[in-house]
Amino acid sequence: MARIAGVDLPKNKRMEIALTYIYGIGRSKAREILQEAGVDLDRKTDDLADSEVTAIRNIIDKEHKVEGDLRREISMSIKRLMDVGTYRGLRHRKGLPVRGQRTHTNSRTRKGPRRTIAGKRK
Amino acid sequence: MARSIKKGPYVEESLLRKVRRVQSSGDKSVIKTWSRRSTVTPELIGLTFAVHNGKKFIPVFITENMVGHKMGEFAPTRTFYSHSGDRKSKLRK
Repeated sequence: MARIAGVDLPKNKRMEIALTYIYGIGRSKAREILQEAGVDLDRKTDDLADSEVTAIRNIIDKEHKVEGDLRREISMSIKRLMDVGTYRGLRHRKGLPVRGQRTHTNSRTRKGPRRTIAGKRK
Repeated sequence: MARSIKKGPYVEESLLRKVRRVQSSGDKSVIKTWSRRSTVTPELIGLTFAVHNGKKFIPVFITENMVGHKMGEFAPTRTFYSHSGDRKSKLRK
């Protein structure tokens, strides 16, 4: 079982997919990393040699921001938007969509479950 | 799509003129501006602007963190409205 960046990689998935279990790595980054480490995309986590795992780990440590660091960076930038008083910061504060989407309907992901306000009913 | 780096940040000429006038005559008052589309550049740090929001001028003190944003981002144009029964959306400022 390989452990990279504090995440256990699933055993029986192809490396290309397995790496995406790390926060901050998707398909394209996974491919980049594997190419650089000289590991075949289709190999499974279990049949990697230790040296290959180390190679992958080093590349990720050096060149990519993942997991905690990335989460921190993101929340810092959101905090900055809020502190500085931008429109985007306000939207974050209110938990509404930030990029100009409609809020008349939809945007349930940001607003959370519907809170029905007692309407007029006969 | 971001603006081409070659062009540099956009700051309205008239705004720059006002800034220069204030800076040469010693730091003094608030600079009124309608130029919401101007980018905040490092030269503007420490100045106070009054950015028009379509109705009023919103005072904005420029700090280091604001560089790279547009003036208009700091002066909201819409009146925030919510129903009186709303609990969650009362978290304003």
